[in-house]
Amino acid sequence: MWSYTLRRVLATIPTLLAVVTVCYLLLHGTPGGPFDEERKVSAAVLANLQAKYHLDLPLWQQYLYYLGSLLHGDLGASFRYADWSVNELVAKALPVSAAIGGGAILISLFVGVFLGTVAALRQNSAVDYGVMLLGNAGHVFPSFVIGPVLILVFAVWLKVAPAGGWDDFSPRFMVLPMLLLIFINVATIGRVMRGSLIEVMHSNFIRTARAKGLPMHTVVLRHALKPALLPVVSVMGPLAISSITSAIVTESVFSLPGIGKLIVNGAANRDYTLVLGLVVLVTVIAVTFNLLVDLAYALLDPKIRY
Amino acid sequence: MLFRNRPRQDRLVAALGDTLQTSPADIAGRSPWMDARVRFLRNKAAVFSLALLTLITVCCIAGPWLLPHAFDAADWDAMSLPPTFKNAHFFGTDESGRDLLVRSLVGGRVSLLVGFLATLSAVTLGIVWGATAGFIGGRVDAFMMRIVDMMYAVPYLLIAILMVTILGRAFYLVVITITVFSWMDMARVVRGQTLSLRSREFIEAARALGVPTRRIIFQHIVPNLLGIVVIYTTVTVPTVILVESVLSFLGLGIQEPMTSWGVLIHDGASVMEVSSWMLLFPAGLLSLTLYCFNYIGDGLRDALDPKER
Repeated sequence: MWSYTLRRVLATIPTLLAVVTVCYLLLHGTPGGPFDEERKVSAAVLANLQAKYHLDLPLWQQYLYYLGSLLHGDLGASFRYADWSVNELVAKALPVSAAIGGGAILISLFVGVFLGTVAALRQNSAVDYGVMLLGNAGHVFPSFVIGPVLILVFAVWLKVAPAGGWDDFSPRFMVLPMLLLIFINVATIGRVMRGSLIEVMHSNFIRTARAKGLPMHTVVLRHALKPALLPVVSVMGPLAISSITSAIVTESVFSLPGIGKLIVNGAANRDYTLVLGLVVLVTVIAVTFNLLVDLAYALLDPKIRY
Repeated sequence: MLFRNRPRQDRLVAALGDTLQTSPADIAGRSPWMDARVRFLRNKAAVFSLALLTLITVCCIAGPWLLPHAFDAADWDAMSLPPTFKNAHFFGTDESGRDLLVRSLVGGRVSLLVGFLATLSAVTLGIVWGATAGFIGGRVDAFMMRIVDMMYAVPYLLIAILMVTILGRAFYLVVITITVFSWMDMARVVRGQTLSLRSREFIEAARALGVPTRRIIFQHIVPNLLGIVVIYTTVTVPTVILVESVLSFLGLGIQEPMTSWGVLIHDGASVMEVSSWMLLFPAGLLSLTLYCFNYIGDGLRDALDPKER
């Protein structure tokens, strides 16, 4: 297990390095520098500025400087938000995204597993069809369609929640965005859970457990649930990646001051360093999460031994 | 004719006796593709989706020419109009009096065109990548698939946002950006299929008979890849359309005055308090298209890959 963990950790390094390098080169392939625009500065000031940000060095040395500052956790300075470093902007935005996204994933894990279990145990019942319909809808309707429709129904027509905005973690503003994310995630988790539990319930060891007269809830809770949860664990990795996408859309739809909104605004303002820093940050988070999911899977699945 | 050995066939037919209604000579040979077509046509949801999708496509292509309004022309007498027959604004108009039906159809043209072009390039790239990796094998294969794994681990929308930030938002750049993140599924599937085909008996038999490599590839491997390629192409189109819509929705894709379904949904979402039709029509059209592609994909999977059912 330890050698497997070490190998998996080491295997993420080329991925991260490749992402950083490609993004960095993309950024530097564009014509124009940060100090070319708007007000012309004198040659001496320009030289000083370039020296300060190491822009006078050859590209590979700049790249090494950038890697070095990344290793120190420094994402650089923002082009557009004067006096703000990317780190400061992230420090303000990350808690918002983490509260919404993390909370939604946790809740949808429980709700999804519960609904999937009920649907699998009562196959072809009304609950089952409901879960399947929900799963299909969450799979097909994109988040940027469901989001505005949620606002239209709950904020405009029923007037039970605000249409968007943020007020220092006030739950009123968190309900609708989380509802959207939960809906999308539950669709996936519920479908996977239903499918895998149905399969497990048809296996021999469950038949044995029932044959020896165990009550149904013991069979499900003690024997069926654990193996049935494995596919759910393995789907968490791709789900986290797609959650980042839906988080960006969600924050845009509900105008939440999170990481996603920061990225979209940065991209709209062509704030290169901000976008690059955020891409690197989120990629690190995603890759780390994927790694944890893989390790958890290896730990949980008795068939995998390393 | 079932058997080369005529007496053996006759004996078999005699043995089967009455249970065999038609004589073997009457049974017309059916290719796997004909079988697949029959199975597909039996799937009502898939056939209906195909018809609906064809209708949407034809409307998007021909509609803007037939309707009396231009997609970027303002009708000053009819601003923010709900759906009405007045002036033939069947979907209503936006706040500057542009006809929503025409805009939806023109947006559909763009979305479908991006979907078609990006899918075409992604599928081509995926097939070449996967077939190369699968056919060469060994270290090249391991390296090429490692790159695919890396691409999977990266949150694609972020890199796509970075790319449009840096490269710009011209139509072809949006297509390229989407292509870069849509080819991996196809590469994986084609590689797997190529690998398993390479070691199959009929390929071995062809080799043993001295069939040249090129003929093996085109006569035996490509037709066997085709089914899975068709399935994954229909699955790729909606995801590609979705990525384009997300980018446009975020304001980072297709730019005004040109429009796409993502742009229209974004515009509709910003005015939905007063004019909900602006949101509901484009959103409905996009969802309908995605649903159709999903059902067609399911139908094709059932039709072309009977083992998978």
